[in-house]
Amino acid sequence: MKITFERRAALSRRVLFAAPLIALGLTMLTSLILFAALGKPAGQALYSLLLEPFVGWYNISEVLLKMGPLMLIAQGLAIGFRANVFNIGAEGQLIIGALCASALPVYFPEGSSPLMLPAMIALGAVGGAAWAAIAAGLRVRFNANEILVTLMLTLIATQVLNYLLLGPWKDPHGFNFPQSVIFPDAALLPILLSGTRVNISVLAALLVSALAYVMMRHRFSGYQLLVGGLAPRAARYAGFTEARAVWVSLLLGGLMAGLAGACEVAGPLGQLQRSVSTGYGYSAIIVAYLGGLNPLGIVVSAFLMAALFIGGDNAMVSADLPVAAVFVFQGLLLVFYLGSLTFIRHRVILNWAGRA
Amino acid sequence: MTILAFILAGTLAAATPLLLAALGELIAERAGVLNLGLEGMMALGAAVGFVVAYTTHSHVLGFAAASVAGIALSLVFATLALGFMANQVAAGLAIGVLGLGLSSLIGKPLESQTLDAPGKLAIPVLADLPVIGPLFEQDVVVYLTFGLAVVIWAVLNHSKLGLIIRAVGENPHAARAIGFRVLRIRLAAVAFGGAMAGMAGAYASTIYTPLWADGMIAGRGWIAVALVVFGTWAAGRIVFGALLFGALSLGGLIAQAAGVALPSQLLASLPYAVTIVMLAVISSNRRRMRLNTVASLGQPFAG
Repeated sequence: MKITFERRAALSRRVLFAAPLIALGLTMLTSLILFAALGKPAGQALYSLLLEPFVGWYNISEVLLKMGPLMLIAQGLAIGFRANVFNIGAEGQLIIGALCASALPVYFPEGSSPLMLPAMIALGAVGGAAWAAIAAGLRVRFNANEILVTLMLTLIATQVLNYLLLGPWKDPHGFNFPQSVIFPDAALLPILLSGTRVNISVLAALLVSALAYVMMRHRFSGYQLLVGGLAPRAARYAGFTEARAVWVSLLLGGLMAGLAGACEVAGPLGQLQRSVSTGYGYSAIIVAYLGGLNPLGIVVSAFLMAALFIGGDNAMVSADLPVAAVFVFQGLLLVFYLGSLTFIRHRVILNWAGRA
Repeated sequence: MTILAFILAGTLAAATPLLLAALGELIAERAGVLNLGLEGMMALGAAVGFVVAYTTHSHVLGFAAASVAGIALSLVFATLALGFMANQVAAGLAIGVLGLGLSSLIGKPLESQTLDAPGKLAIPVLADLPVIGPLFEQDVVVYLTFGLAVVIWAVLNHSKLGLIIRAVGENPHAARAIGFRVLRIRLAAVAFGGAMAGMAGAYASTIYTPLWADGMIAGRGWIAVALVVFGTWAAGRIVFGALLFGALSLGGLIAQAAGVALPSQLLASLPYAVTIVMLAVISSNRRRMRLNTVASLGQPFAG
């Protein structure tokens, strides 16, 4: 028997929904088996992971809180992925964005100017973009692989964060914990839904998603990026350069990640802590792929991934799962998604007569 | 032992996990497959190797189990990248995340447990040499790894098998036209890379620092990926790169020996920063990169 894949001529809208749904189903099944094999209450674990995040207003609001940064970062990354520019260092750009935003309240802990918050957000965005610009510059000027450079920059960013929190930026009255001073009110984002931790950054993330949609669909620049990545030679003939695609992809990706970092410290954290880096930058890669690198798809996949984060926290308590289970779940999701994508993009032809 | 002797001996040991993983990746990439899941395969190998060595008190069994785990994860990658023609970058990232998650899950019950490291093996005469003597007093895996580097160099450049692997990587269509099963050869190359990455992880967790700590691989898988680029896909240059990074990871000791007090975070960042600089320096020679890069690297092939 021989199996061949024949590319389908036209892709239907089904793809956007079918592949992630199949992936989610297979991931659930595999995790159930895995958790059972580890001797954990598998049913309880899946309930905590998948349903509990939607039970009760508090859980739902926490999902919305996590959705913001994931959506923001994934929109930025997807622009690059579509152009075949692989920025996998959003985690580092988020950390640097958070650091830059924190500089103001750390040095002006009594600040009350209404300009403090906008300045922090701007600093965060610029910081994230600047960190990514290192990778863009090295790629364009020296041909250095952006995958490796962005990843190494993330490992360095983590060390910078540790250095500042253990040294110069440590709160002198913080009982020696590695965290900065608590930010003044002027440095905090307004709460959107009273009684919860959801702030206005989730609106910003939705706005960015809408802009990304318009850019990809209706702007020439989105088309240029797509062509630059898919067919660099054709793009060059048409006058679009690969260098431009690299710069635009990395700067936008870094900007969004930096923005997300700023919103974390000015939002739920209210200070700079090590926990600003909880893997949003890595998870956003999976969010971008699960959303089919489509701005609208990413809104949905960010919501699902956020629910998974909250579910993971719950499962740790109720089913005694380690934090790492969430990463296993995420890894399985991407593995199954990439697998099912093939079956949707291609027609599977079974040839029983043997090799032909 | 003087501090210089300690650094000399330590460099070889620190280079060993990097070299093991990079040599495996070299074979996969020469066959045309870019597997970016090295970090995850190493992490999984480290956890499985530690758990098995801890429960059976056998390092050999630990290494065997780690290589099986590495192969298993690499086969998941191969299914996606070779079987389903998925984007190799995305597939590599996917098994990277999966491997890291499984690693923490498996290692969790043994957090902070320690193992006895196997004894060192001194090579007679050589180990007694002044100054460089400590280089020849290592655990057996170090000797085997550097020996393997020579074998891989010889196989790639001076054997029929090496020619087949290179042909599949340079021009899979031509290789198929003359009768080679491209996908099978690539599958074998990926599995070899998985076994090597698994053992690299086991070396890190059961011999180099025989203590289980979550996240212990700490970017070494990615440095190994970078080493293959630095070495411009040649075994000899990869050995040189691994030694350089082995020495860099002992930066703390070297700085201490020189009497310099630097923040530990700066020293920890050093290997990553040097990776970036080296990558830029070596890649900037575009002509040389074009000559050495595997022509079909990362491109799916419809069997």
